[in-house]
Amino acid sequence: MVSLYRDTGVVLRVQKLGEADRIITLLSRQHGKVRAAAKGVRRTSSRFGARLEPFCHVDVQFYTGRTLDVVTQVETVDAFGPGIVGDYPRYTAACAVLETADRLSAEEGEPALRLYLLVVGALRALAGRERDAALVLDAFLLRAMAFAGWAPAVSECARCGTPGPHRSFSVPVGGAVCGGCRPAGAAKPVPDTFRMLDALQHGDWPVAESMPNTIRRESSGLIAAHLQWHLERQLRSLPLVERQRV
Amino acid sequence: MYEGPVQDLIDELGRLPGVGPKSAQRIAFHLLAAEPADVTRLQEVLQKVKEGIQFCDVCGNVSEETTCRICRDPRRDLSVVCVVEEPKDVLAIERTREFKGRYHVLGGALDPLSGVGPDQLRIRELLSRIGTTLDGVDITEIIIATDPNTEGEATATYLMRMLKDFPGLTVTRLASGLPMGGDLEFADELTLGRALSGRRAM
Ligand SMILES: [Zn+2]
Ligand SMILES: [Zn+2]
Repeated sequence: MVSLYRDTGVVLRVQKLGEADRIITLLSRQHGKVRAAAKGVRRTSSRFGARLEPFCHVDVQFYTGRTLDVVTQVETVDAFGPGIVGDYPRYTAACAVLETADRLSAEEGEPALRLYLLVVGALRALAGRERDAALVLDAFLLRAMAFAGWAPAVSECARCGTPGPHRSFSVPVGGAVCGGCRPAGAAKPVPDTFRMLDALQHGDWPVAESMPNTIRRESSGLIAAHLQWHLERQLRSLPLVERQRV
Repeated sequence: MYEGPVQDLIDELGRLPGVGPKSAQRIAFHLLAAEPADVTRLQEVLQKVKEGIQFCDVCGNVSEETTCRICRDPRRDLSVVCVVEEPKDVLAIERTREFKGRYHVLGGALDPLSGVGPDQLRIRELLSRIGTTLDGVDITEIIIATDPNTEGEATATYLMRMLKDFPGLTVTRLASGLPMGGDLEFADELTLGRALSGRRAM
């Protein structure tokens, strides 16, 4: 008996399979990360080929296959692609969102509802073009790290919990550190960078958007360093993100 | 798993694009059963392609000489350059017999998820080519013919931005219409969006 199931999800990655097929990796609402075969989608006559491109938010029907599930129907929920690919900084930021989501959603089939909602929100903000792409990405990265359980401490000391504000930041220790816990070689960001990290973590856009380039660059650097420290392999897309000056 | 060299052959074939594990097995056993002369010929061609083929120093297409046949052809229009991702795209456009200019092969598309950024493609070479006058002719038109998918679109976006400030340069993008024989309601959003933004007066 063929078993069918249906879910909505965001296309994280597509790989070629054979002549005209693809394997798509989807972060879905109910089934977490799903890998499935999409047959014939690379032919220009395919009805749903372009709906299974990265950034697409889709409603998909699958049947459970022996090795891989197979896509049988696709409807678009949100077409984020056009708003993203028409702007290079947004495209690179959105790629970093997808790659991070792929790496943080550990096992296939393990539910990841919060991460899924966060990815949809980030792509919607990037495609909507109202907010700066780099800020959207950084806010996404901070919250995604929080879901994974290793968000950087921003106000209290990462080691002893003393309430801040503190002056130093250490990636190996886990974020902001007090004078007593500060290891040698800890970074000394300017106080506004801590405010920036806090604003990004809590979605305080007026504060985040008021910050100058120097602060944006410093907080982006700390977020990227913190993320890479916790991932075994480096993200490919993060160094390629094009950050615009404001 | 097969033994030694047979499995090695299957593994190597399986790494080729478009070859799945089953096809790899089929090709491997075909080669095992083939005449020694046939296998030798294949071996020689493979070796030649690696040793004898280079990339054209003007356009980046595969070529038997330093400059490819198209770039050497005096009948081609020097003022128009069509930018494509891969050598196979040059062939596809040549087959239409519609295009009389020359090409620029990028060597792929901007794909951050695979670690491909502007420095990994022949974009700098394109920019310096545009700034150079050849045989008294300037390049006045660039046609961007990257693939009509996410990476190809993003590459076109990036190139448009890099090229917009060259004085006197027209930059166009291949029109990507709706596929013939289809119903509008079945068109996906990316295609329909591009068909709308690329509409023409009638
Ligand atoms: Zn402390
Ligand atoms: Zn050439």
